[in-house]
Amino acid sequence: MNIVERLEKLDRRIIFLLTLLAVVIPLLLPIGFKIKVSEPVKLFYDAVEALPPGSMVLVSSEYSPSTMPEVYPMNQALARHCFKKDIKIVGMGLWPEGIPLNQASMEQAAEEYGKEYGVDYVNLGYKAGGIIVISAAAENIPNTFPLDYAGRPIEEFEIMEGIRNFDNIDLIISLSAGDPGVRHWVMIAQGRYGKKVAGGVTAVSAPAFYPYLNAGQLQGLIGGMKGAAEYETLLETSGTATRGMDAQSIAHGLIIFLILFANFFYLLGKRRKK
Amino acid sequence: MIETLGIWMAAFLTLCILSFLYKDNPFYKFAEHLFVGLSAAYWAVYYYFNILLPNLIQPLFGHGQLLLIIPLVLGIMMIMRLFPKVGWVSRWPLAFIVGSYSGYNLITYLQSKALEQVRATLVPFIQIESWKNLFTNPGVMTFLNAIAVPVVVVGVTTGVIYFFFSKEHKGVFGGFARIGVWFLMIAFGASFGYTVMARISLLIGRVYFLLHDWLGLIQ
Amino acid sequence: MKKEIPLLITFIAGMVMILQFFIPHRPFSDLQQLFNTWFLIITVFAMILGLGNLFKVHTKRLQRRPKGWWYSIVLLAGFAIMFTVGMVWGPARGTPFDYLFWNVHIPMSSMMFALLAFFVASASYRAFRARTPEATLLLVSAILVMIGRVPLGNYIWDKLPLIGDWIMSYPNMAGQRAIMIGIALGIVSTSLRIILGIERTYLSGK
Repeated sequence: MNIVERLEKLDRRIIFLLTLLAVVIPLLLPIGFKIKVSEPVKLFYDAVEALPPGSMVLVSSEYSPSTMPEVYPMNQALARHCFKKDIKIVGMGLWPEGIPLNQASMEQAAEEYGKEYGVDYVNLGYKAGGIIVISAAAENIPNTFPLDYAGRPIEEFEIMEGIRNFDNIDLIISLSAGDPGVRHWVMIAQGRYGKKVAGGVTAVSAPAFYPYLNAGQLQGLIGGMKGAAEYETLLETSGTATRGMDAQSIAHGLIIFLILFANFFYLLGKRRKK
Repeated sequence: MIETLGIWMAAFLTLCILSFLYKDNPFYKFAEHLFVGLSAAYWAVYYYFNILLPNLIQPLFGHGQLLLIIPLVLGIMMIMRLFPKVGWVSRWPLAFIVGSYSGYNLITYLQSKALEQVRATLVPFIQIESWKNLFTNPGVMTFLNAIAVPVVVVGVTTGVIYFFFSKEHKGVFGGFARIGVWFLMIAFGASFGYTVMARISLLIGRVYFLLHDWLGLIQ
Repeated sequence: MKKEIPLLITFIAGMVMILQFFIPHRPFSDLQQLFNTWFLIITVFAMILGLGNLFKVHTKRLQRRPKGWWYSIVLLAGFAIMFTVGMVWGPARGTPFDYLFWNVHIPMSSMMFALLAFFVASASYRAFRARTPEATLLLVSAILVMIGRVPLGNYIWDKLPLIGDWIMSYPNMAGQRAIMIGIALGIVSTSLRIILGIERTYLSGK
């Protein structure tokens, strides 16, 4: 077996170890790379920033712990952004596991900015059915969500006074890791009811949302942990996304090196065979 | 105390799953099965508190909205699928779900994903400002910005041509389809890049938990 | 009877949803609201059906006792514990259900998906080869995006993030839009075939 063949059959556990080190070392010894903000994230930030105090934002959480490192920092930063600007939040979700994550984000930000559950924010909980839930809520929120996520009647909450349907919502933000998620909010809330919709999505799905952004169907887009780090940068806070960016850089560097290295030996082997 | 116990429990289960990298083992299998059981229960509890209680039980039995008997019966018919002899009755609720979804999809997909996307592509081919910019300030980015709109128009058109299978991909048509493939390859490359980014982010999240919350090695 | 009624239900449900887009007034708007509520409830039963299947599979495993059968006990015990605490204390924050979610469910779910980082790295090394011009284009696009989207790219060459963003916003967007239009047309025609009863595969099986 020559060196080219040996390298091609490298034990994958060596690659696993290298990947782990590429993440662990920068977390233990931070480099402090500066983060550049991209246009889609700036648009997202501007969409929230443009709302006057007292506005109502609907934050729908369509993600789960499996994508938490990417979407949860966006959720936390968004709740902070809203409360900092005295914007009220109506939370809900089309994935059940997103409900406590959204609730935790709002509670954490509420504590920092002195906001109260039921007055400044509420969590209406989860409904199954994706696109049809959005359609039902667009016409009648109290009918679709008679109780909050923990089973309390929503008429008990001051924030719900005067909220009937999407006419009473100024901006809709879907934090999504798949379907149902942002695309369904665009299809119904934006397409049918003309509401402003912005999205925070996982990096895996982000490339597929650029057509919506280009067509003006999305007000802004945060993609993955990098997008969350950019949003944190705009808010001048340093959350878990920002702290992960050094490791992200080094791990990307490693993977690019692995691809180039493997291709170099592949081309070398091909030339030898000729 | 209870918080510390939680962190240790979380760390142990994280390491159980991580051990799969070495090879499939009983620790991983234990965690995997526990995860499935717990997830199923989690969903079941949310179905009850967030849907069955507010949208069925309370309005039907508390406020006497008798029309809700229909979805209740249809729902029970759905569960009948578990019993092979009467499983066919589940077709009724299934038909309702499929029919409703198809109705919604027909209009919304056409509007948001076809017509709106075509409309957004129909923009002036030459953006005079970008070209002026290129000639006054030549560089990589001014060049890329000048060709941006033609790239989009050509990319979308040839990409759609590639998906048109009613005509054989030969001659000029085949040439356009081939250009379409190049654009699809760039899109897949971008998606691959973003997928790598996503997976690394997930690992960072877990490693951060182990180093920060569990071991306290980072502040 | 076994197929005609479901086909009629599909037709009525589909048509109501279509008509209310064009005539958003009574009776179609009321019917839509009614059907929406029914849909939410029936969907839950579909999910309960999934849970039922899970139980069926694992109770059978307990009866037959194949290799590794005791893992089914772990699964059912995990379900029983989480379900009991959820039903007794509810899903609110600060309850035992919430405690189990944060300390047991989250670590396993997150780590399960984090494992993919290792496999994607290994796959990049083993399978990502510039075998054809198309594969080379894919490879170059992936590398530029990967390096352009992280802060490191900015230090290598300050134009890299801009090039990464350009690829995302234009060529990638064009490719994604073409895929999107293709999918949309496919879904529209399939939906129409389902509503009109031409496509019936969803009614197959017992």
